[in-house]
Amino acid sequence: MTTTTVDGLGHDHAHDHHDADHKPGFFARWFMSTNHKDIGTLYLIFAIVAGIIGGAISGMMRMELREPGIQFLQAWAIYSDGAGATLDQAYHLWNVLITTHGLIMIFFMVMPAMIGGFGNWFVPIMIGAPDMAFPRMNNISFWLLIPAFLLLLLSSFVPGGTGNGAGTGWTMYAPLATTGSPGPAVDLVILSMHLAGASSILGAVNFITTIFNMRAPGMTLHKMPLFAWSVLVTAFLLLISLPVLAAAITMLLTDRNFSTTFYDAAGGGDPVLYQHLFWFFGHPEVYIMILPGFGMVSHVVSTFSRKPVFGYLGMAYAMVAIGVVGFIVWAHHMFTTGLSVNVKMYFTAATMVIAVPTGVKIFSWIATMWGGSISFKTPMLWALGFIFMFTIGGVTGVVLANGGIDDNVHDTYYVIAHFHYVLSLGAVFALFAGFYYWFPKISGKMYNEVLGQLHFWIFFVGVNMLFFPMHFLGMSGMPRRIPDYPEAYAYWNQFATHGYEVMAVGVLIFFVNLIWSLAAGRKAQANPWGEGATTLEWTLPSPPPYHQFETLPVID
Amino acid sequence: MTTLATRRAGQRRTALIAAAVALAMLGLGFAAVPLYRMFCAVTGFGGTPQRATEAQYEASGEAMAGLARQLSIRFDSNTAGGLPWAFYPEKRRVTVGVGGKSMAIFIARNNSDKPITGRAVFNVTPAQAGPYFTKIQCFCFTEQTLQPGQEVRMPVLFYVDKKFLDDPDDKDVEEITLSYTFYPVEKPDDQS
Repeated sequence: MTTTTVDGLGHDHAHDHHDADHKPGFFARWFMSTNHKDIGTLYLIFAIVAGIIGGAISGMMRMELREPGIQFLQAWAIYSDGAGATLDQAYHLWNVLITTHGLIMIFFMVMPAMIGGFGNWFVPIMIGAPDMAFPRMNNISFWLLIPAFLLLLLSSFVPGGTGNGAGTGWTMYAPLATTGSPGPAVDLVILSMHLAGASSILGAVNFITTIFNMRAPGMTLHKMPLFAWSVLVTAFLLLISLPVLAAAITMLLTDRNFSTTFYDAAGGGDPVLYQHLFWFFGHPEVYIMILPGFGMVSHVVSTFSRKPVFGYLGMAYAMVAIGVVGFIVWAHHMFTTGLSVNVKMYFTAATMVIAVPTGVKIFSWIATMWGGSISFKTPMLWALGFIFMFTIGGVTGVVLANGGIDDNVHDTYYVIAHFHYVLSLGAVFALFAGFYYWFPKISGKMYNEVLGQLHFWIFFVGVNMLFFPMHFLGMSGMPRRIPDYPEAYAYWNQFATHGYEVMAVGVLIFFVNLIWSLAAGRKAQANPWGEGATTLEWTLPSPPPYHQFETLPVID
Repeated sequence: MTTLATRRAGQRRTALIAAAVALAMLGLGFAAVPLYRMFCAVTGFGGTPQRATEAQYEASGEAMAGLARQLSIRFDSNTAGGLPWAFYPEKRRVTVGVGGKSMAIFIARNNSDKPITGRAVFNVTPAQAGPYFTKIQCFCFTEQTLQPGQEVRMPVLFYVDKKFLDDPDDKDVEEITLSYTFYPVEKPDDQS
């Protein structure tokens, strides 16, 4: 499909190798980096660190939920609230845990890994560009995330109402996040979101400019690889939705500190307005987290089936459609706020429409595999796992889209099960697929296939044990965001906690694989995946030279 | 082949357009506050009652429909945030025909020994009655200062628009609740 001019690469090696691969010193390279591949690596490392912290928090939550009653919370509360922490402070700590887990996983794990990490690494290469359009802005995007993350972590140790930390949930609804949470914790979280949002908006501007203006000769939008398409759509979603969040939480901040009443009925405001603004951002946000995954999975499925993606244009425009429709369905998160029947009907119908382009994608992946010569390498296993479990999450999503059913399961574990199937088992599986797929390209080393497959199967079993029972818990009415529950829910909660333990073993294998492969992995060829891998990154050596495409590739 | 200069200009153009989109969305985020209020006032969304003048009422010929369907109107009164006022309707309930004009009196008394300012916020339930519940005269969002021990009687003149009868969402509605809540307004001279 695409060919690089032999002339370009040969030239690279013969004469300019030193220039193309000249790297600055350690500090200048990693702390003042303007190289898209180095910044991508920084993003990936950052996402892994954040993922460990966010995952550890979910481990704490599963420990506490293992059986009814409060087992650990009070002991942990001592670390955040000091000796003599009361039961109320322990409960508050629970709210802090759910809040930080959500925010870390969304803003500091999935988004940096997908967009900042793989997006930075491979979008310029795939479209045949030497780097991002604005390399220094790229650097700022990354380094804004560090203070944002530190502010969020710091917020856990300063007063936030009943105890230390922000206990508002990731949604930060007013009035809990305004009059309900005195103290600086929520302010720090709001500032953290401002910084993370600014980082993402700058990143989005950068990606849009790179993709629109820096494609190699002959790389038309309709020949562009699907991952680049997915990041383009994601960048537009970021650009349009994040400023609305910025506005919403700025008003939250002024309500808290400067006696405005945007969300306070006492002054003529309305707390429901916050929910509208938040979900106008929040719903596109869920597509921001999954669209780049769609792109990655398309490449993996195509590579390991040794067939081009089925219905390429349909795949690209399905993502555009998901992005567009994603902006007009937000109130399905607010079915229980007293919407009228007609409004609920509209949001139910509009939400279900999203199942159509999503179905186009699922069936196209299956059609890509159909008749292909499939090799079940680790990335392919993750991609298959993604398709399987994202579909389950999608089906429960269609269930939840019904305003009438949502009245019953709103804020129960059914919702938790749904969004973990699309995120923790959808987005994360896509991330692992992408990671194993591109690890040889990024590091120049092959990962260990046995450990990779072991990681997949253990993780697969673990997360399904962890999240599938939550459907049952939710159907029988267990509310979300509680540390304690009646005896009736004990069995499946204990089962889910065991699922977490299994999953944790899988993650451990991932890290063993990562360290082993970096230290002793076999050297990777330019294209370790064979004829199925057709995108431009596989025409470069592994790892690619520090500066690629000094002569732009020409796509026929 | 484009030159480096035109390439950079093209990139700058794309980036500026993208930045303008982000700024516009930021502006829209804040503009949502007045837009949302207007939307609620116009559509009666979420149980926001409508406003009309006496002349509009007379001109609409509503009174003709006066006996079409009897509705029970309940009055609910609340004080929020520790406002030391007694606030209650003179009558809890009236029965009125759709289109017929009626009046309710709310009484507020300052039980503290300080002058206090309050502001009334109102709503009707069920929400689908909002577009038809019309007030001709009321105490809405106006600030009311009461001296220690002072009592005021505040009239609300209202009718239910006869279009109410044509709305299928309202065909089961037999009772509409008009709710008022007084919130304290913090004024510098009220403090101690």
